[in-house]
Amino acid sequence: MPLLEVKNLQVRVEDREILHGLSLVVNKGEVHAIMGPNGSGKSTLSHVIAGKPGYEVTAGEVLFNGEDLLEMSPDERAAKGVFLAFQYPVEIPGVATMTFLRTALNAQRKARGESEFSTPDFLKKVREVAARLNIPQDMLRRGVNVGFSGGEKKRNEILQMALFEPSLCILDEMDSGLDIDALRIAADGVNALRSSDRAIVVITHYQRLLNYIVPDFVHVMSRGRVVKSGDKQLALELEASGYAQFEDAA
Amino acid sequence: MAALQETVDRVRRVDVDQYRYGFETVIESDKAPKGLSEDTVRFISAKKNEPAWMLEWRLEAYRRWLTMAEPKWARVHYPKINYQDLYYYSAPKPKKTVTSLDEIDPEILKTYEKLGIPLREVEVLEGVVRPEGERRIAVDAVFDSVSVATTFKEELKKAGVIFMPISEAIREHPELVKKYLGTVVPTSDNFFATLNSAVFSDGSFVYVPPGVRCPMELSTYFRINERNTGQFERTLIIADKGAYVSYLEGCTAPQRDENQLHAAVVELITLDDAEIKYSTVQNWYPGNSEGLGGIYNFVTKRGDCRGNNSKISWTQVETGSAITWKYPSCILRGDNSRGEFYSIAISNGHQQVDSGTKMLHLGKNTTSRIISKGIAAGVSQNTYRGLVTAHRKAIGARNFTACDSLLIGDKCGAHTVPYIEAKNSSALFEHEATTSKISEDVLFYCVQRGLSQEEAVGLVVNGFVKDVLQQLPMEFAVEAQKLISISLEGSVG
Repeated sequence: MPLLEVKNLQVRVEDREILHGLSLVVNKGEVHAIMGPNGSGKSTLSHVIAGKPGYEVTAGEVLFNGEDLLEMSPDERAAKGVFLAFQYPVEIPGVATMTFLRTALNAQRKARGESEFSTPDFLKKVREVAARLNIPQDMLRRGVNVGFSGGEKKRNEILQMALFEPSLCILDEMDSGLDIDALRIAADGVNALRSSDRAIVVITHYQRLLNYIVPDFVHVMSRGRVVKSGDKQLALELEASGYAQFEDAA
Repeated sequence: MAALQETVDRVRRVDVDQYRYGFETVIESDKAPKGLSEDTVRFISAKKNEPAWMLEWRLEAYRRWLTMAEPKWARVHYPKINYQDLYYYSAPKPKKTVTSLDEIDPEILKTYEKLGIPLREVEVLEGVVRPEGERRIAVDAVFDSVSVATTFKEELKKAGVIFMPISEAIREHPELVKKYLGTVVPTSDNFFATLNSAVFSDGSFVYVPPGVRCPMELSTYFRINERNTGQFERTLIIADKGAYVSYLEGCTAPQRDENQLHAAVVELITLDDAEIKYSTVQNWYPGNSEGLGGIYNFVTKRGDCRGNNSKISWTQVETGSAITWKYPSCILRGDNSRGEFYSIAISNGHQQVDSGTKMLHLGKNTTSRIISKGIAAGVSQNTYRGLVTAHRKAIGARNFTACDSLLIGDKCGAHTVPYIEAKNSSALFEHEATTSKISEDVLFYCVQRGLSQEEAVGLVVNGFVKDVLQQLPMEFAVEAQKLISISLEGSVG
């Protein structure tokens, strides 16, 4: 059974149809890259999978481990193992990052019927992961993303990914706003999470990120559909020739 | 973050109409006849075995009250109150001096249990001896109008601290009561305070002698229990020269359809170098989802920094009541005195809150700080109303005010009405105000990480009010955090 199966997905925002019958199959252990120009529907796809309000699914289905994902609330999806790393992570003033991580992790564990982490176990785990991602302890005491640099915000997303151990990670434009060093740290963090029981979907404009996170499959999106799929060579071709050829194909 | 999780569990269980404290205790009570007259005042005074001077004081207030009109300037709306249709006194029967727990009506003890009064207070009530050095809380439990049990009295006595029902203080320490009662909130102050002066039933009295740091937090739980009974608490706290006391007050009331009037008066007095910290967590019945019922909370709280270098700090978490009309204030009379007001006011459903503070700078180099966090949800209206003034002689007066409002949903209102008056050119007043809406993106971020919608709102709001929560004593901080989430239940669709 595939981890994620998107079948003929059609999605509207208000009166506008954004996805016109998109299909995608992702298996455990795979890394997929979804590329495409602005407005091709990449972010919409990630939002619909994560359950963001404001989108109307008019046809098609999304199965996650064979279960109907669209029937679940966003927090249920998170507990089932769907993780979306945001392009623009929000700031939550007054809520310490550590508090947030612990609250979220325990909420997920509780939803799965698992016991909550004890404070020492939790702290040990956070410190270990934070050290690996070059995240200073001081950052964990600050409000969630408050005053964080672009790179810190992205590292905080990856920190959560590492802590929550989701089976599906969707990275939405992870490279936006990152300089080359920050990008490398973030990509290393993601690569460390590659595993045979997890799939990673990387959404990006540019091939650049894929030098660091090397995908098994590349899909090109245009005007709300996947118009071409291939291996990592496809990304390199795109870099050379641009998206224009696919505008017509769609 | 176990507390948060617990909050959330609780939030899930509580429906708007299932107010957690909406139960009644069946005990026989001793009521004054319905309505208000000189006879009612005399009845109350006689019930309390008051000296003649006290009765005279009350009667004077009553006569003054007859000439006064209800204030209309607050942004609150309610049907006209028929003051002749209320009971002004009720006391649990039989009334006798309590020396041990066995003598307390078991119904009353059960009420405390249901209220979820912290274990340590129950221990206190049960006379459990705790290890040396642990911080303790003394509870002067007000059940309806009569203080049921006063604990830790002996230890406080050793320190020279007087902590007792005000009715007792009137008999046992008339010189102190005479000297201070009504000197901060005079009997002529305002309609509701004057009414209170005439008919107050009981409340707490605290006197901390010079140089004494009160050895424990003082905590009183108020509870309204009698149907159609107005509740008129009167609290008087005096910190003599160099003294310090922290006083905590928490309130709950049972659910009912008729509105209940509550008009309390709290007076605080600090002499030279003294400090009083007064904290409130108020979660009275706010009315049902249609806006029926709920407490009318018309309270006058005022502190007088009478001495030089003295300090009064108010912290309040207001989540309950149908209507809140409350402005804990500081008169900064002594030179270098300091006033603080930290407030969280939450309104949900049909609640109306008009609350704030007054900082009256009279002495030289007086400073004050106001941090107000208003959260409006449902179809509620939430107003901050504040006054900061510097007298001609208040050279070097300084104030900092920050008023932040958070709106949840699009049917509620937040209003900020600050009045600022400086009568000398050396005063330095700063005022900051923000109004924001709880962001959909922030909520989605939280739920994507596994928090439920309600957990997410609770978390974001607790972050918003963090600066004020930190001012609360530990005992209340956790309770307040829970309360905030509970009171926002159902605020997000």
